[in-house]
Amino acid sequence: MAFNHKHLYDIREYSCDDIMRILETAVKFKEVNERKIKKLPTLKGFTVINMFNEPSTRTRSSFELAEKRLSCDSLNFGGSSTSAVKGESLVDTIETLNAYKVDMVIVRDKHAGVPQLIAEHTGAGVIDAGDGKHQHPTQALLDLYSIWEKLGRLEGLHVGVVGDIGHSRVCGSLIPALKTVGATVTVVAPPTLLPARPDILGADHVSSKLDEVLPELDVVYMLRIQRERLEGAPYPSLREYNLLFGLTQRREALMKPDAIICHPGPINRGVELDSYMADHAQRSVILDQVYAGILTRMAALYLLLGGSEDGLTA
Amino acid sequence: MNDNQVKSVCMDAAEIERSLTRIAHQILEANHGAENLALVGIVTRGDILARMLVERIAGIEGCKVPLGSLDISFYRDDFLTHLSPELHGTDIAFDIRGKKIVLVDDVLYTGRTIRAALEALMDLGRPSEVQLAVLVDRGHRELPIKPDYVGKNVPSSKDENVRLFLEEVDGCSRVEILNMPPGTRVGSAPLGSGQPGIVPLGSGPLGSGQPGSASLGSAPASTGGE
Repeated sequence: MAFNHKHLYDIREYSCDDIMRILETAVKFKEVNERKIKKLPTLKGFTVINMFNEPSTRTRSSFELAEKRLSCDSLNFGGSSTSAVKGESLVDTIETLNAYKVDMVIVRDKHAGVPQLIAEHTGAGVIDAGDGKHQHPTQALLDLYSIWEKLGRLEGLHVGVVGDIGHSRVCGSLIPALKTVGATVTVVAPPTLLPARPDILGADHVSSKLDEVLPELDVVYMLRIQRERLEGAPYPSLREYNLLFGLTQRREALMKPDAIICHPGPINRGVELDSYMADHAQRSVILDQVYAGILTRMAALYLLLGGSEDGLTA
Repeated sequence: MNDNQVKSVCMDAAEIERSLTRIAHQILEANHGAENLALVGIVTRGDILARMLVERIAGIEGCKVPLGSLDISFYRDDFLTHLSPELHGTDIAFDIRGKKIVLVDDVLYTGRTIRAALEALMDLGRPSEVQLAVLVDRGHRELPIKPDYVGKNVPSSKDENVRLFLEEVDGCSRVEILNMPPGTRVGSAPLGSGQPGIVPLGSGPLGSGQPGSASLGSAPASTGGE
């Protein structure tokens, strides 16, 4: 069965079937990841470059593990040694990658649109591992996987995304993906942390009152509050933020009995989440999300690098 | 478009039943009973055959040997030229270490599926022994692989496809030889692909056939048939 995508830099190009195909493929990789030997020979001979031009620990290590478990050859490119520091233009860097004859480039960059630019200038496939405040599609896929696995469905769920919507690339992929699979989305944030046009993200409702929205939600998705971004200008204090928008033990009484808590990590304990909620055995799926990151990235690599229709009769 | 034509039926339901009964007896005879034995079928037809063999062995020997199913999609040697194969998953709930494993597949052809299955199996543990049971051996081996138990040897041409249909997923049990235009891919029919003799084009996951690839509808399930 063909998977008609070569790149993953805009989740809005993926249909509900495409997204579910990735999630269902990830389930098969879960069986492999439960084994003592977690390595498969499937992508032997493929070369993948991890081009991280911005600090990343989790996303990069998750991609690296996914690549290794599928037997890809992978190479890390970027960081402080990045050619951009030495003055090379992005297009020249892309030409260099082309000369390496790689099959897939995983891109993290502080500028929105870089993954797409690379995709347009190279024959390799491109996966966006987070670009500026734009998108982070594999994060959305792992979030959907975790919710789907825990609650058994995605369609008809009501998901509340709480926090710094305006600065979040996680939202840029998560909200459209949730809409594609038929969920209802409410964004909850102080007005100063909302984008100028929250409707563009596709959310169904916008609210600034967590306590009013909480009883409706099946999934409470807490975004990370970046301390340096918050304190001072957009909001008076972290303490006040925690009182009004933090998911704290006190607020559990407002939640549905089976509502779950997601967070993309790393957590700022005591700001957006308190330890009671972050470590809640029944509700928190935060560590399941980390695990799902490997499974869904293995699935994305597997499907995107899969044979083309041209190769069918070869 | 519909170039896959049924040329002949080489096994009917009764013959399949008799072959399985004989293979069950042969497995028990060669292994001196069912002790330490386990059966692993390759999806998407071998797993069903393996279950039928386990039932027969239980009928003869009075004990149920462990049964598992193996999806070899991740171990194929033709990933580059294949559309991402449809995944069914591996389900082996017992520890294969030290066991005598009988691998079960529907049609043995090039031997490449079996090579992949052996590699997949070894990643799960170290069985003491692996044997191979197939319902049909159609020849044309490309690798040094030989079955231990064969339902029927069916001489075939490379332009043909040999396919097993089973009552519980296809509504009727039989083995068919189909004519195939050159360049198309051999493979099992998708599960539940309808009555034998009705070529499963268009009922495959892709929805419709494509020029130059008449067996496209069945390609995704081609984890067997080799």
